[in-house]
Amino acid sequence: MHTPNNCENCPVHHKANLIKLGLNLQNVDYVIALAGNPNTGKSTVFNNLTGLHQHTGNWPGKTVVRAEGGFRFNEKKYKVIDLPGTYSLLSTSKDEEVARDFILFGKPDVTVVIADATRLQRNLNLVLQILELTNRAVLCVNLIDEAARNHIEIDIRLLSKELGIPVIPTSARSKQGMDELLQAIHEVASGKYVCKPRKIKKHSKNLNNAIVKLSNKILEVYPDLPNVKWVAMRLLEGDNSIIEAIRSGEIGNLREERFAI
Amino acid sequence: MNKDNLQSIGDEIISEANAARWDLGSDFHDSIVETIYEEASHIAHKTVKQKDGKQVYSFDLKIDKLITSRWLGFPLMVVILALVFWITIAGANYPSSLLADLLIDTIHPILKNFANALHLPWWLDGVLIDGAYLSMAWVIAVMLPPMAIFFPLFTLLEDLGYLPRVAFNMDNLFRKAGAHGKQALTMSMGFGCNAAGVVAARVIDSPRERLIAIITNNFSLCNGRWPTQILIASIFIGGLVPASLAGLVSAASVVFVAILGIFFSLLVSWGLSRTVLRGEASSFSLELPPYRPPRIWRTLYTSLIDRTLIVLYRAIVFAIPAGILIWLVANIHIGELSIAAYFIKWSGPFAFIFGLNGVILLAYIIAIPANEIVIPTILMLTVLSANISGVGEGTGVMFEMDSIHDTAQILQAGGWTLLTGINLMLFSLLHNPCSTTIMTIYKETKSLKWTLVSTFLPIALGLIVTFFTTQLWYLFS
Repeated sequence: MHTPNNCENCPVHHKANLIKLGLNLQNVDYVIALAGNPNTGKSTVFNNLTGLHQHTGNWPGKTVVRAEGGFRFNEKKYKVIDLPGTYSLLSTSKDEEVARDFILFGKPDVTVVIADATRLQRNLNLVLQILELTNRAVLCVNLIDEAARNHIEIDIRLLSKELGIPVIPTSARSKQGMDELLQAIHEVASGKYVCKPRKIKKHSKNLNNAIVKLSNKILEVYPDLPNVKWVAMRLLEGDNSIIEAIRSGEIGNLREERFAI
Repeated sequence: MNKDNLQSIGDEIISEANAARWDLGSDFHDSIVETIYEEASHIAHKTVKQKDGKQVYSFDLKIDKLITSRWLGFPLMVVILALVFWITIAGANYPSSLLADLLIDTIHPILKNFANALHLPWWLDGVLIDGAYLSMAWVIAVMLPPMAIFFPLFTLLEDLGYLPRVAFNMDNLFRKAGAHGKQALTMSMGFGCNAAGVVAARVIDSPRERLIAIITNNFSLCNGRWPTQILIASIFIGGLVPASLAGLVSAASVVFVAILGIFFSLLVSWGLSRTVLRGEASSFSLELPPYRPPRIWRTLYTSLIDRTLIVLYRAIVFAIPAGILIWLVANIHIGELSIAAYFIKWSGPFAFIFGLNGVILLAYIIAIPANEIVIPTILMLTVLSANISGVGEGTGVMFEMDSIHDTAQILQAGGWTLLTGINLMLFSLLHNPCSTTIMTIYKETKSLKWTLVSTFLPIALGLIVTFFTTQLWYLFS
């Protein structure tokens, strides 16, 4: 006789919960951003979630513009945005700007960072930078099968503890771990899982003071600007696009206009 | 709050930031980056374990050393490309003739009889069946088999991770030409589709280098032009050698044309960066992704859906109106001659200087929307202008063709020589981009001037190159 085991009772198990919506993006409940280094399989994850066929390739830098798609999971509608792959968010190239501005001002409900399990250290640089921008993130450690082939072992639970966000090992090419990833996205989006992301603390005292002072000044003019500390830091660093946005007053409109959802 | 007010407060914030930056010292950006890297390395050391101390990807590194080596890199690239073309050429002939049998020899007469039974007026029957349907059938018969073989092979190379290595090999050359190393990537994209290559140039940050990448992208042979190259090479170059070698030699000649395209890409980049688009090449880092075993079935599926069918669809969409247009120019008479015949006769002496003919020039004008339909158009116009009897079914009908052999006979009857074939291959490489690409260039550059440059520069080069080939040919023969 067949007895359902625990796995099958777990909400994670039900693949049928995922309904791929392709380009049907009306009345979404949550917005998900996919970020990550180039060539880590972001587009493959995107295609798995949405059922779309965005061209994938073993090829860094092929997503130049952001692609959008949708899916339904546990009765909620999600919109997914595939951001261009970047190594960091600190320079001013076009692809980094698209990714950065969206995470900053598009206010996605969850930012899913796709990392290459075989090059985790370098990928973590971007993860840490993204955690400076947003509190709601999930780390997807992709290409875990390749890591295993190369005898790399990753302590997923410890990593999750260190970063303060859910970490899911996946192999998107063979569709492994996608259910767990969906569940994690769902939990963070719905507020069931509260992230306590690691913030970089080791800034000097002077820098911290300057950031606080400048943020307060900015908040006086734009009281509901998200990530004001980050904006202040970029101003201190002399980021031209942010300086321009402050000078023209455009920064106040960024949220509503450029990323109207 | 009004706008002026906002701006003055903005200036205030900025000057405060500037003052604070002064206090913090100049190395503070570096120290932020350093802090992030330290944290990342700290976390990675805690959580990642490398078992049995073996270096990660040692096998990958060994392969990379080989295929990106100074001496072997380029020869290997040529061999791999040649292999892909050879498989395409060898495999496409038979399915092509099967499709031609079905669509042209079998279905076309059925449609004609059906039209007769309905008593359609001759011009409607002509426009619809001899124009639109035949051109569509033609495109499918000629284009589908090579595409269905070529694209999966190319996608496999891409999935494997070979293309970034090509870019790595090319990077140095592009830098020497004053262009961005990433142009090697956009160029490789152009081998698929120039419009896609032009969009991909967005990855280049410097406007100067991006413009160079956009203008020169057309020198990458695109999807629509590979079949032209392969067909003409099989007829004229393959015909020069014994049958056993024909496939290999034609493949080699197509590789030669593709490499000539890369050469022109570099040459034009060099010329532009020394004159109107002067400047230094900026540096960038290129990651060589690990080799990944391609998922063969998935690749076959996506390359069939994503590339083959989309390209085919595009070809058909453009072939139908083009077929109608061809039928019209061949059937509307002014005095004794049709419009097409007038143009071919009038442009003949001009085309002769370049070792081409009026048919080719007219075909390239009709086929501006899509390079894919150049060959069908040329064949149809050749039949018309040479008044070949026994082929086709009258003026302006795209005739039947069962195999490459028949195509060869038509072209030779139309007065084509080896020189015409070679020059067509060269002109197919060096001519204006298709209208989709031209539109994309305009959208990306927002400049009429650079769009015009990108359109006419390749034509000028094409005419210069074919002129010299022709003169040399006459000199030595």
